[in-house]
Parts: sequence; C-alpha cells; structure tokens
Amino acid sequence: MKLSTYNFLTSMAIKGVKVGYPLKLTINKKDVIESEFNPVFIERLLPKLDWSAVYSAAQVAELADDIPAAQPDNVAEDEQLLQRLHHLLFEIDVLEGQLECPETGRVFPITDGIPNMLLNEDEV
Amino acid sequence: MARRPEHSAPPEIFYNDDEAKKYSTNTRIIEIQVEMAERALELLALPDDDEPRFILDIGCGSGLSGSVLDDSDHIWVGIDISKSMLDIAVEREVAGDLILGDMGEGMPFRPGTFDGAISISALQWLCNADKSYHNPHKRLLKFFTTLFSCLTRTARAVFQFYPENSDQIEMVTAQAMKAGFYGGLVVDFPNSAKAKKYYLVLMTGGAAELPKALGSPEEERRINYIKKRDACRDARGKAPKKSRDWILAKKERRRRQGLETRPDTKYTARKRSGRF
Repeated sequence: MKLSTYNFLTSMAIKGVKVGYPLKLTINKKDVIESEFNPVFIERLLPKLDWSAVYSAAQVAELADDIPAAQPDNVAEDEQLLQRLHHLLFEIDVLEGQLECPETGRVFPITDGIPNMLLNEDEV
Repeated sequence: MARRPEHSAPPEIFYNDDEAKKYSTNTRIIEIQVEMAERALELLALPDDDEPRFILDIGCGSGLSGSVLDDSDHIWVGIDISKSMLDIAVEREVAGDLILGDMGEGMPFRPGTFDGAISISALQWLCNADKSYHNPHKRLLKFFTTLFSCLTRTARAVFQFYPENSDQIEMVTAQAMKAGFYGGLVVDFPNSAKAKKYYLVLMTGGAAELPKALGSPEEERRINYIKKRDACRDARGKAPKKSRDWILAKKERRRRQGLETRPDTKYTARKRSGRF
C-alpha cells in the first residue's frame, strides 16, 4: 500500500463509525519503489490531501524531517517539497503492517502490500 | 444456456488460484478484458487535456483494466474481493495500489477522492446473495451511496457488467438512482449475441447526454414514406433467397451485429460469368 492511498482510506464502512479518519498506521516492513516524478498530478492531488494525515504518515515512515507539520501556503511552487511529497506518497510501499480504526479500534492487517478491508458479519 | 459464474460460488471462492491464473495466461480473456476497459475509459469521457487523473478500479482483479489506465497515464487504485486475483496483480507488478475489499460493504474512501471510476465484469456479482445476511438491494445501495460520496462532482462511473435478466438491470439502476447518480445503460452491438455489451454509465453532476452505443442503427427516424414502402415490402413477404435484396439484408444484419462484412458494391450478388 502506498501512503497516498493511506491518505484517503477510512473505516466509515464499519457500522456505527461516524468519521473513521485518520486510521492509525503501523509499519512493520516497507519498501521503496522508485517511480517517475509527476508534479502535475501531485498539484492536482494537493487540495484533496489531508495534511495532518500526510504528516503523521511521514512520522510513521521516519521521514518527518522532510515534511512540515503544518501545510505551507505555496506548496505548488516549492519544487523540493513536491519531490519529497512524491517520495513519501508514491515511492514508499508498506508491505507489512496494520491500520487501526480510531473509533472502534478494529485492526485492518496489511499483508504483501495489500490492506485487508473486509468486514465481518456483525460489523456491516 | 451457459452456466453463470455467479451461480457456482461467491467471488472470493470462485476466483481461486486456478481461475486467477487464467487472467494472466489466457490471451482471449486478456484481449476481451482490455477491449472492454478501453471502451469503459472512452465512456468515462475524461477532459481531453492529457492531465493524469485519479481513478478507482472496482473489481480490478489481476489489474488488466488497470494497465489500460496506465497506458493513458492515469493513477489508479484497485479494489477486489479475491486475494488470489490480487496476488496475480502483485506478481504482474501493476502500477496501481491494491486493496482487498467487498464492494457491497461500501467504498472505504474519503469524500471527493476520485476523478472517475471504472468496473469491468464485477457488478453482476452484487446481484446475488452469497451469505445468509446478504441483501442484494441493500448491498447495492450501500455500494452506490459510498461510491457517490468518494467521487468528485464532475466524475463519472462506468460499469461493464453481465446482467442475467431485465429485473437485474432494473434493480441495479434503481439503486444507483436512489444513491443520487443519474445516467443509464449503454448497450453496444444490441443485435449481436456475442458482441453485445452492457455499460452502466453513471454521472454525479452537470447535465450531459448519455454516450451513443456502438453498432446501433444510426438513423432511427427515417422519412415516413420509406418506412411505408418497407412496410409494403414486408407485407408482400421476404425477398426470395439468393436474390440481391436477400443478400443485402443478410449483410445489413451482420453489420448491426458488429461483425466484419464486405462493403456493398455493384458486384454484390452478381452472377459469376460462365467461365467459372
């Protein structure tokens, strides 16, 4: 799972969960897969990103030094920050770990890089 | 009638390792899947500005439809219920991110995440109740409402699916409308048994016309008197076999089915000379 996907995942599907965001991320094993830097797409994505979740993902991925805690005003003009965002959001692949619902504490395991969001009968 | 996979087992069981393997080795399956994904992307009608979009692929399976999105430089996220299919996708090293999830439980994304959604041969699975607590109507509604919320307001969602009967089409479209979508069914090659494909095109906002189906009669409203003349001919009975009219009618029928047909020329249905 890439951290860009993490920024959009919620646990809203669980019965009774109101917001279900942000999920608590734990990384046990990660990998870096280099990919082409695409500034146009990151700029498109910027207004949709939740910066606090970007920052917390950076902390878990041990890249907190690269990402400011609060969203700067002119991210689109800062080429270096865009590259760091690209590295954080599109190049780090979480292979093993878990996502935890902030309201119910339900854990969604991540195995082989695929988060398992399947629910049980009593949670739907 | 051919057996439908939905009747044999639930999707997470049906698409086991053996079945999933077909989606990386069988060239015919690959060809059809890719063709349908290309058509779905065309129906998605993304603005023609070469900008990469964020697309959701529902029932992405081994990522065949995702590779079509890659070719157009879009970034995608795929969701599927079958672990075996996703394992094949990981093996193929697809560019998109993969999530194991059930569409009937809702899409687990924040509102306004995606610029569009496509789904190839997945929606018909939702029409069945595979577990005792499943209710197809409720699952469809949950799926469509959560999908509606995770799309942006100019986005479209295109589903290629195999409805079993007209009741299923009605059930699916009714739940989609209930969720706030509007749009409808586009049927490509409606006169052919094999090439016929159903696409459910759903829109979230703005007024747009439904795209035109392939292989459907181009001019439905012809001038009245020609219709009358046709009716007269029909009343007299069909054209005699092997006649020019009979051959032209046969070719016309093939064309409507989307099959390859030689063009009509002055040589069509001419007798061969005595030399042969």
